[in-house]
Amino acid sequence: MATATASIFLRDLFALVMLFGIFSLLTASFFLNLDAPDVAMTEAAIGAGISPILMLGTLALIRNRSAPRVKKTIRATMAPILAVTITGAALIYASFDMPYLADPQAPAHNHVAPRYIQQSLQEIGIPNAVTSVLASYRGYDTLGEVFVIFTAGIGVLALLGFMHNTSGRRYSQFADTASLDHHTILHVISKIAIPLILLFAFYVQFHGEYSPGGGFQAGVIFAVAFILYAMIYGLETVYKVVSMRLIRMTMVAGVLLYAGTGVASLFLGGNYLDYGTLAHEPVHGQHLGIILIELGVALCVASVMLSTFLCFAGRAAVRPDEMEEGDKPT
Amino acid sequence: MELLIDVASWVCLLTGGFLGITGAIGLFRFPDVYTRLHAASVTDTSCMGLIILGLMLQAGFGMMFLKLLLVILILAYTSPTVAHILIKTARREGPEPILDNKGKNHRHRD
Repeated sequence: MATATASIFLRDLFALVMLFGIFSLLTASFFLNLDAPDVAMTEAAIGAGISPILMLGTLALIRNRSAPRVKKTIRATMAPILAVTITGAALIYASFDMPYLADPQAPAHNHVAPRYIQQSLQEIGIPNAVTSVLASYRGYDTLGEVFVIFTAGIGVLALLGFMHNTSGRRYSQFADTASLDHHTILHVISKIAIPLILLFAFYVQFHGEYSPGGGFQAGVIFAVAFILYAMIYGLETVYKVVSMRLIRMTMVAGVLLYAGTGVASLFLGGNYLDYGTLAHEPVHGQHLGIILIELGVALCVASVMLSTFLCFAGRAAVRPDEMEEGDKPT
Repeated sequence: MELLIDVASWVCLLTGGFLGITGAIGLFRFPDVYTRLHAASVTDTSCMGLIILGLMLQAGFGMMFLKLLLVILILAYTSPTVAHILIKTARREGPEPILDNKGKNHRHRD
């Protein structure tokens, strides 16, 4: 709560980005305390990993102090405070009626949750019940999440555009300032770290059925490896490794893989996203279906994160002539 | 033998905690970004290493021992690199280091 309060009163946006990262890390530890390691891993990876990177990329495009606060009249400040106080009081009053945290009589623990917990091992056969709920029992909702991520990705691509490979002048400018050529230690350490990060991404992806993990976390970690490579070796080199066309195709391929698994199970005689029909035996079909959709999720998430970062970074290359006084050079 | 391991892990954990606290105090009280970063990197490496070493002694020889060892290795690779990059960037386009107390290179606290 201290970080949230401090975020309101700070004007230095760089410090704000760091505070958001700290806030996400603390929230991840709260989740871990509440016995939710999957959510904690996702929150830590995205909120303390990708989000500060993207926010810092945004800061490179704009000033890094927010505008000074304008003094408003007492009446103008009282109205929002009153609205927030009344809403907050109503919410706190409503929370008195909520069940206690681990109450076995709570409605959230009583309708489908016992069936998921007791029968997930027989029906789906993987030890991690969170993945079985996410991917199989509630697979339709996860498909919606993947669509949301995909929409965000194409929204960013539509708004920020991307650098065409033919404008070599812009690339050399960016490569000069940000490829960190003279930082030998970074080069050495990243050569050791990046393969390990990729390996860990694959481990989290495939071990999502046995331990906390799964497609979302694995996609984020995979994208982070490429982002690290882009930050240390420059945009030109990253575009030699993975072109924008490949990233766009992977984005679409992830969504199609997920939705296509559902359509395939339609063709094989079951409901949409009913994995039991995918193989000769329902449990094997569930395994196959979960592997396929987790792969689709990871592909979509990784390519969306990577394309968002590359859009921001590509933008930063053309801004230096439009900088204002007092900004640091990007 | 159990007592020895317990005492050793106590010592490690307490020293790690003390180093963490002094690192945090140094982060606030030192006058310059370079000295502050030195305090922070002490926390990053020594405090973290000692605390995890204390936990490793408590964990016995098993899977947890190996996982904690891997955590120490990863952090030993990455956190000094981060400190190095911060200092290098600060040196390149940031404040001049304060070399003495007489105010010759002194910049006001940001």
